[in-house]
Amino acid sequence: MNRITISLVEYDAGNLPSVERALARQNVECVRASTPGAIESAQALILPGVGHFGQLMRTLDARGLNGPLRDAIAQGKPLLGICLGLQALFASSDESPSDPGLAVFAGKVAALPRTAKLPHMGWNQLRRVRPSALFEGVPADAYFYFAHTYAALDAGEATVALCDHAAPFVAALAMKNLYAVQFHPEKSGDAGARVLANFVTQAAAQS
Amino acid sequence: MTLARRIIPCLDTDGQRVVKGVQFVNLRDAGDPAALAARYNSEGADELVVLDITASRDHRTTFVDTIRRVAAELAIPLTAGGGITSVDQGRAVLRAGADKITVNTAALRRPFLITELAAEFGSQAIVLAIDAKRVGKRWEAFVRGGRDSTHQDAVQWATEGVSLGAGEILLTSMDRDGTRKGFDLPLTATISRAVTVPVIASGGADTPKDFLDVFTEGCADAALAASIFHDSIQGLGELKRFLASHGVPVRLTA
Repeated sequence: MNRITISLVEYDAGNLPSVERALARQNVECVRASTPGAIESAQALILPGVGHFGQLMRTLDARGLNGPLRDAIAQGKPLLGICLGLQALFASSDESPSDPGLAVFAGKVAALPRTAKLPHMGWNQLRRVRPSALFEGVPADAYFYFAHTYAALDAGEATVALCDHAAPFVAALAMKNLYAVQFHPEKSGDAGARVLANFVTQAAAQS
Repeated sequence: MTLARRIIPCLDTDGQRVVKGVQFVNLRDAGDPAALAARYNSEGADELVVLDITASRDHRTTFVDTIRRVAAELAIPLTAGGGITSVDQGRAVLRAGADKITVNTAALRRPFLITELAAEFGSQAIVLAIDAKRVGKRWEAFVRGGRDSTHQDAVQWATEGVSLGAGEILLTSMDRDGTRKGFDLPLTATISRAVTVPVIASGGADTPKDFLDVFTEGCADAALAASIFHDSIQGLGELKRFLASHGVPVRLTA
């Protein structure tokens, strides 16, 4: 496998150190990327995320990273969005309607129905709708850790796996070299580690 | 496909070492937090809670360092707290590697702290810890490790905390804590039904049946225990297999 350095997009309210630790456990080299130049020169990117959609989009905007991230995706640079990093790929979110997302996908992120306890917090299983390299070697009944209130309800043909909590929502998506997961692979034990490793393998094969 | 009920070992620390005591007194040393964290991570814990139960100012740096050492051992979520009184202290603990922080006494003194923390880090990162004790016909929220009552109704405080921005409740029964007489089912069920967020039940765990009861009768979303796990009185895998065999959705690991 080619050696690859993963660039983690850095902004204030992230779960970035956990992702770093998870990659370090697998001896994957990673650096932090907080400037447009760092995004442009990255071999592959991870957009981690915890917190508030509006705050994330405003921070990315203030650092001039929205354009470079959109360009990187358009160029086919491997990118993995995690949690809020998945939601950021959509056009908008009900969590903060006035802040536009990266709009790689046209849909919007919505609050899960209040018929279940929110946040959707804890370990849940996935319903895979099509095969993806992301889940290679991951048992079909594996549990992943979620912690969110908002979710993308539809990613069209990019949808790889759904999860259910009061409503079905997108748990994983893939489109060419773009991948995103609503769960936290860095907190999802062995199954999560495998998903991260699968992304790195795909990214290395592309670069 | 259902959200699994979580089993959460808890490490009560003096900032640096794991300590044990009955109803928050007679503390004794019970080991290195990072070593226990590594053990629980591999045994299939769904999450880990690490508390600084002394929560003294001079231990703060030590505790943040402890969180850093514990987080390095985990591929599961970590909740940490004890004595957090400000957004800056919360940030220090989260930056050290915690996914969620607990607030207790400081939030009772100044409830808006919950809102400040939620605005900064998101509700999913804010756990309101409530130490509840039966007083007459109701439960009251206690502070200082269960010594002082705030004379505040615990159920009312839980719902207020959620409306202020708490994303989860860590509910400890002071009547049951350390007694190994089982979880306080009426307390847990009452609060779990009153709030819209997940509730972690704590205090009194002994047998697998206690966990089954708190997930069914007690309506808990997660259950927490300390000494029965530390002393290997109860194995995590064995407990989860028991729950699964009684129809409780749990995450079984190999």
